[in-house]
Amino acid sequence: MTTQQVVAPEHLFFEAERERQFMTGSEAVREAIKRANVDMAISYPITPQSESMHLVGDIYAQGYLKEYFRGESEFAVMAAVAGAAMGGVRVFTATAGPGTLRAFEMFPTWAGARLPVVCAFMTRGVNSPLTIQPDTIEMAFLLDTGILMFHAENAQDLYDMILKAFVIAEQTDVHIPVGVFVDGFFVTHTREEVATAPADLKLPPYNPYSAPVPVMDMESVPVRQMRDPFVMKSNFISYAAHASWQQEILAAQERARKHVRRYLGGLLEAEHPEAAVLVVAAGTAVSQGREAVAAARREGLEVGLIKLKSLRPFPREEIRTLARQARALIVPEFNRVGWLAREIKSVVEDTTKVIDAPRVFGGMTMPPDLILAQIRRCCA
Amino acid sequence: MAVSEYQVRPGPEGYLPPAAASMGVELPERGAALVEGRVVPEDDAFQAIAEKLLAARNPVFFPGPAVLWAWKDGVAEKARAVLRLMEVVGARAIPMPDYRPKYPMINPAVEINPNHPNLTIWHNRIDVGVFVGVHCHYANVALKIIRGGTDCYTIALCGEVGHEDAMITLRDVDVKKLERLTEAARALAAAGPPRTGVMPRVGTAV
Repeated sequence: MTTQQVVAPEHLFFEAERERQFMTGSEAVREAIKRANVDMAISYPITPQSESMHLVGDIYAQGYLKEYFRGESEFAVMAAVAGAAMGGVRVFTATAGPGTLRAFEMFPTWAGARLPVVCAFMTRGVNSPLTIQPDTIEMAFLLDTGILMFHAENAQDLYDMILKAFVIAEQTDVHIPVGVFVDGFFVTHTREEVATAPADLKLPPYNPYSAPVPVMDMESVPVRQMRDPFVMKSNFISYAAHASWQQEILAAQERARKHVRRYLGGLLEAEHPEAAVLVVAAGTAVSQGREAVAAARREGLEVGLIKLKSLRPFPREEIRTLARQARALIVPEFNRVGWLAREIKSVVEDTTKVIDAPRVFGGMTMPPDLILAQIRRCCA
Repeated sequence: MAVSEYQVRPGPEGYLPPAAASMGVELPERGAALVEGRVVPEDDAFQAIAEKLLAARNPVFFPGPAVLWAWKDGVAEKARAVLRLMEVVGARAIPMPDYRPKYPMINPAVEINPNHPNLTIWHNRIDVGVFVGVHCHYANVALKIIRGGTDCYTIALCGEVGHEDAMITLRDVDVKKLERLTEAARALAAAGPPRTGVMPRVGTAV
């Protein structure tokens, strides 16, 4: 194994001197995993994710991970990842679009089993005719699986969020999976400057004995498989136990809020939140939104930008408060269904303030002019 | 009811009560505790626990696998500290060595859930229940059901970060804290009137 020094998460995240390097989003994944003290990574190729797990394989060969292998399908990978996490190791994988859907059964299974898996999703379209282009529609499907969901705007976010995801996921009071989402190609296959901590530092190891469920360590008691299907019985108590179990997963999401605030600096970031018109976005739509807001402000228009970093837990109270003083919330999205606008409408008091546009999909880019046009309309 | 007003009180609260965390109750920071959903100094919680246990007609401890098995150094000492506390407050124990479901079937008239087969939800006779050494997820699943269907007053002595769904929760409970709690109970017992009205024994005595 490569020799690295274990440091406190706070040191790795906030104190260690960082070096700026020009890299792709896929390479940012590699740099994060280098420093994450990951025991095992399991991969299966799918565009645009393939390169990231290929690069993780490279650092396995260099001695940064204890184990790495390729599964037989996305479902097999996500099932193997579950076994690894139950066995008490820190595990990482990544997928995208159709791979996400092929493995879908495992995501609520991870959450229900309280497994602190970290998975990167390089989002892409899932429609027919086949597309490999960027699209965030798979995130809509994952919103209610019980996993935590962070959305990276760029490669820097991707690096930081993956590292911090392990620490948040492994908190005893949280201990559910974290999906770190990034818009495929737009981030994975483009280069930008990313500031990284020294590669000879790494996170402390995962301690599975602080988990809220027993680790499957057959040398420690209780050794028996602890997740027998008591919920399969047909009686009131079994139903009540199952209901309480599901409530507990949602409770774990709620408890994650304070850890997200501590490590990500908040569930959202706001620029000019006092403005009457706000652009509210997640992922690379934030970048287009930022361009549009800058252009609008040059025209003298009072507009602000809200960047959502965490979608689960959702910044419910933060958005409700921002929406109270705003006249309009413009929600640009890279998908057909407008799931983010729906989420925002579900928490604001006046849903008529939410403009669910512009939306592009199928791999189309989003010219900032589309957002600027919405801003001008709302400010008129 | 506003989220901030939610209190974790003895039930029966209803058919499917919410998780307290989803109603805005947050776990205590180090040095603090929760009493009925409110953050209090740890010493106040020691006092409240001592009072509840000494006033109880039938206090029952539910020691879980993390304290029943000597799976690492220090666990046996912690188990002995739990036993000393039980002796001082006159509590009984229903040991829970693992979380196996009960086969072949569960009788909801006498059992609360498969993980706690002797804690009754209908015809409940346990007025104060103490969880110690129970893995957090399994404790939380049971605590909500207990609050929903019984008037049992629940106390969680958690070795990790605590439980919002218990009426009183301590966090980071180790031998030292158990000894402090035992001393608080001993002092209160010495100062207070004798206990009366002990209910018939249920469960497995230790």
